[in-house]
This record gives sequence, structure tokens and C-alpha cells, in this order.
Amino acid sequence: MTVEEHARRYPAVWRRFNPRETLVRYAWYLGIMIVTAVSFWRLDITWVYMLDAHIQAGDLLFRMYPPDWTGFEAVLGALVETIHIATLGTLATVLIAFPVALLAARNTTFNTLTWTIGRFILVASRSVNTVVWALFFVAVFGPGPVAGIWAITARSIGFVGKLTAEAIEEIDVGTVEAIEATGASRLQVLWIGILPQVLPVIYGTFVYRWDINIRESTVLGFVGAGGIGILLYSEINLFRWQAVSVILIAIFAVVVVSEFVSATVRQRIT
Amino acid sequence: MLEISDLVKTYPNGLKALHGISLAVDRPMVVAIIGSSGAGKSTLIRCVNRLVEPTSGRVVLNGTEITALGRHGLRKARRRIGMIFQEYNLVERLTVMENVLSGRLGYVGFWRAYRRNYPPDDVAAAFEILDRVGLEGRENARADALSGGQRQRVGIARALMQRPELLLVDEPTASLDPKTSRQIMRLIVELAHERGTPVLINIHDVALAQTFADHIVGLRDGRIVFEDGSDRLTPAVLTEIYGEEDWSTTIRKVEEDDEAEGAEAAKGRDDTESGVAAG
Ligand SMILES: Nc1ncnc2c1ncn2[C@@H]1O[C@H](COP(=O)(O)OP(=O)(O)OP(=O)(O)O)[C@@H](O)[C@H]1O
Ligand SMILES: [Mg+2]
Repeated sequence: MTVEEHARRYPAVWRRFNPRETLVRYAWYLGIMIVTAVSFWRLDITWVYMLDAHIQAGDLLFRMYPPDWTGFEAVLGALVETIHIATLGTLATVLIAFPVALLAARNTTFNTLTWTIGRFILVASRSVNTVVWALFFVAVFGPGPVAGIWAITARSIGFVGKLTAEAIEEIDVGTVEAIEATGASRLQVLWIGILPQVLPVIYGTFVYRWDINIRESTVLGFVGAGGIGILLYSEINLFRWQAVSVILIAIFAVVVVSEFVSATVRQRIT
Repeated sequence: MLEISDLVKTYPNGLKALHGISLAVDRPMVVAIIGSSGAGKSTLIRCVNRLVEPTSGRVVLNGTEITALGRHGLRKARRRIGMIFQEYNLVERLTVMENVLSGRLGYVGFWRAYRRNYPPDDVAAAFEILDRVGLEGRENARADALSGGQRQRVGIARALMQRPELLLVDEPTASLDPKTSRQIMRLIVELAHERGTPVLINIHDVALAQTFADHIVGLRDGRIVFEDGSDRLTPAVLTEIYGEEDWSTTIRKVEEDDEAEGAEAAKGRDDTESGVAAG
């Protein structure tokens, strides 16, 4: 082999993308930049407000200090209610989401119609924000934590259900066949063959969603669906910034704790 | 006992995997089905308990025409047929005991299964079988904590819990090392003989088939090309089943193995693997 032949067969240059792929990538970058620019332009942002934004923010922080702890007992009560809303809402979610997931998973659903229904429930649940669900349930049940619980549930079904359905679609078919081959009934196959395989996912999404729901339920009070949001909303309206800072500190503490709990539990699931 | 007649399977994609298979097992014996990959061995075995729905033909087990049953009847018939899989197919996150007892699912209601509250007879039988397959004391281990050989023992125990009238076995040793393979094969064959259960077993290893089976069925492209006692397997027959190849070594190896086998048996019981002793 001559030197040229060798160089041709074993070139020293190698590129991950060929020129065409590179072109496509840069076209994407350009597209994203154009979309960003257009969005800013169409939003009609009043730039003058930006000029003194840092002053306003500093001013607000100044007025929040020092925190006024006199109303702390009320804050604590509202905080506990918030946690209850999140927890009950998440529990209700799992009970409803598992059957829905069975409908929405291709390998456990009955037919195309039930599959469509299952998928529709999941999409509908996720396409509406928790606060919007809360508005709806406040209209149905009246203001209070019950509306909050249902709002949390309604929004979480899509989240937990979707992940569970995906887990069901990925289960080991052989195991299910083996259980079927023993002459087990459909319900038994579900309980012994399928559920144990998706249980880790269910536990994991449960605590993960519970953690998210703690955060979401802190604002439910803005629309009257119970929890600490009611307090936060009224204190903001009264410009009692020192009380607001206590509430924010309390929320922050709870969120940190719930995140820690959720991370620890998820790590332990095997 | 088991009678298969004119069994045809055409898969939805048009592939004809079985071209009219007829096979009768009229006494409790071990029938090995050999044939190259894609010959239709798994399809044949899975048509018997209708995990694969046959296109046409009949399967009759002790007077029950399995191919004619509805959903409910099929469920009842499946209770009488035990199945052992290459990949064990245990419920990984459940314990050994739960897996073994799942062999009784066809006989207990949903709530018993739900509460893991099986009849005392079943529990006693499960302990006995665990002892028999060499897993005594491991009932509370999770299935995914076991070695391959141990998992297959659980698979065998689960199938036997059904007190089956027929055992279907699909390549039970393909994922195991040679020594464990022999132990597992011996265990299946011994248990089948003890209980008088006929066995249909798919197997790739000709030497194993010849050592452990009473009868051999050779499958080629969905047709039976050989059916006789396992001592009748010759290079000519293997060529017929698998195609041209130098078979002399394969056959001779079997004879050598048999001698080794005898020597090993003389040394005493060896079918507990090291992992079991740790339990
Ligand atoms: N679900 C299926 N859909 C379509 N074709 C299939 C399906 N299952 C098996 N086949 C085809 O049917 C034929 C027989 O397959 P089968 O699994 O019975 O062979 P086998 O003898 O068990 O092979 P192996 O020794 O590899 O397990 C093969 O050609 C295979 O591709
Ligand atoms: Mg196969």
C-alpha cells in the first residue's frame, strides 16, 4: 500500500456530522433565534418598567424586613391544611390513575375505544393547570379545601397515569404469559403478574407528584381553594409585607422538607 | 394422554410456522423436540396451551379438546398444564414463595391471591416442592436475588404446584452454564418420572436431548422429519433435521458424556448448586 492509498483508506479526519447535517443544525439555531426575537417584539414589553426594576425589588425586600412573626400560628394552621390538601389529593390520584393507566396502556386495554378514553382522560387532565382546575372545583363545591383536593387530583391523574401507563407498556411479557399459563383469571394476572412490575414506578411517581403538589397547593388559596394561599393573598392585598415574608419563609421550609422526603423515598425504592 | 393432530399455525404476517403437525404422547415419557432456530419448536409447544392460537388442527389432552375451548374452559384446562420457560418468567419483585404459590392461581379466588392467603395444603405442598428442587429455606428470598439456576428451580416448582397432567418446557437451559443445565434437566426428568407426568421439551442441545429424553421429535421448517426413541439418533438423522454438518463429534460426545454422567452419579447427589448451600 502506498502512502496515499493508506491515507485514503484510513483518513485522519473524522466528523460527527456531514455538511448537510451541519447546515440543518445551524438552520435550527437560526430558527430558534428568530422565534425568540419575534416573541419579544410581539409581547409589547414596557421597557421603562425594567429600568427601575432592581430598585423596586430592593424596596420590596426592605419592606419585608424584619419578618412579623405575630401571626405565625395562623400561618402554621394554614400550612398544615396545605399539606393535607396535597397529600389527600395525591392519594386520591393514585387510586384513580392506576385504572386509567390500565385503559391507556396498549397491552392491558380492552379495545381501541377504551384506549382512546384512557388517553383522553390523561391528556385532558394534564392540559389544564391546577389553578384552573381549582377555579372549576370552587364553582362546583364552593370555596375551601375540598375544591383544592379535587383540583390537585384532577391535575395529577394525567401525570401519574401517563407514567404508569408507560411502565405498564414496558412490563416483561414473559412473566404475564407465565401467570396466564397457570390458568389465572384476568384480575389475578393483573394483581400478581402486572402490578408488582409497575409498583416501583407507582411509588416513585406518587412521592414525586406529592412533592410537586405541596408546591402547587400553596397557590390554590388565590382562587379560594384552601391552604396557605388564602392567607398569602390577603396579606399581599393589605400590603403587610412583613407578614408576607413569614409566609414565604414557611412555604420555603415546607418545600425543602418535602423535596428531601421525596428524594430519599425515591432513592430507596427497588 | 396428549394428542396433536394436523396442527397448523400461520402467523398474522403470513409466515407459516407449522405445516400440519401430528404427534401423540400416549404414556408418561419425556419427549424432546429438536430442530434448528426457527423450525417452529416454540410455536408447537405454545400452541398446546394456546399461548399461541393455532390456525387449525386439534390438541386433545386426556379427553379435553383444548383447541375447542372458550375463554373460561381454556383457563380451566391451563391449570392442568404446567409450563417452564427459558427466561424463567418469574415475577421478579415477588418472593420465591409467592412465585411458587402462583402455580395455584387457577384454583384459588381473587381475594385469596390478593391477600396471599393460600389454602394450607397448597402452602405445605409449596414447602415440599421447594425442598425437592433444592431451595429449602429460600422461600422469603426475592426472585431477583437468585441465580439463573435457582430461578429455574423456582420456575419448575411453580409448574409442579399445578400438579399438571402435562409439562411444557421451552428451552429450560439455554441461559444456563453446562453443569447447571444438566442439573436442571435431570431435575425436570426425575420429577416427571416420579409423578408420571408426560413432558414436551424444546431443546437446542442434542447431547442433552439424547441423554435425558425417552423420545425425540425432529422438526424442520414446521414439519416433523424424525420421530423415534432417543437411541435412534444418527448422523444421518441429524443431517435430515439440521442440514449437512460433521455430526460424528456430536454423537460421540454424547457417549462420552454418558460415561462421565455415570461416574458423577456414583459420586452421589450433585444437583444442589453452590448458591443454594449459601441459603
Ligand atoms: N409472533 C410471531 N409473529 C410472526 N412470526 C413469528 C412469530 N413467532 C415466531 N414466528 C416465526 O415462526 C417461525 C418459528 O418460530 P419459533 O419461535 O417457533 O422457532 P423455534 O424453533 O422455537 O426457534 P428457536 O430455536 O430460535 O427458539 C420462525 O420463522 C419465526 O420467525
Ligand atoms: Mg423457541
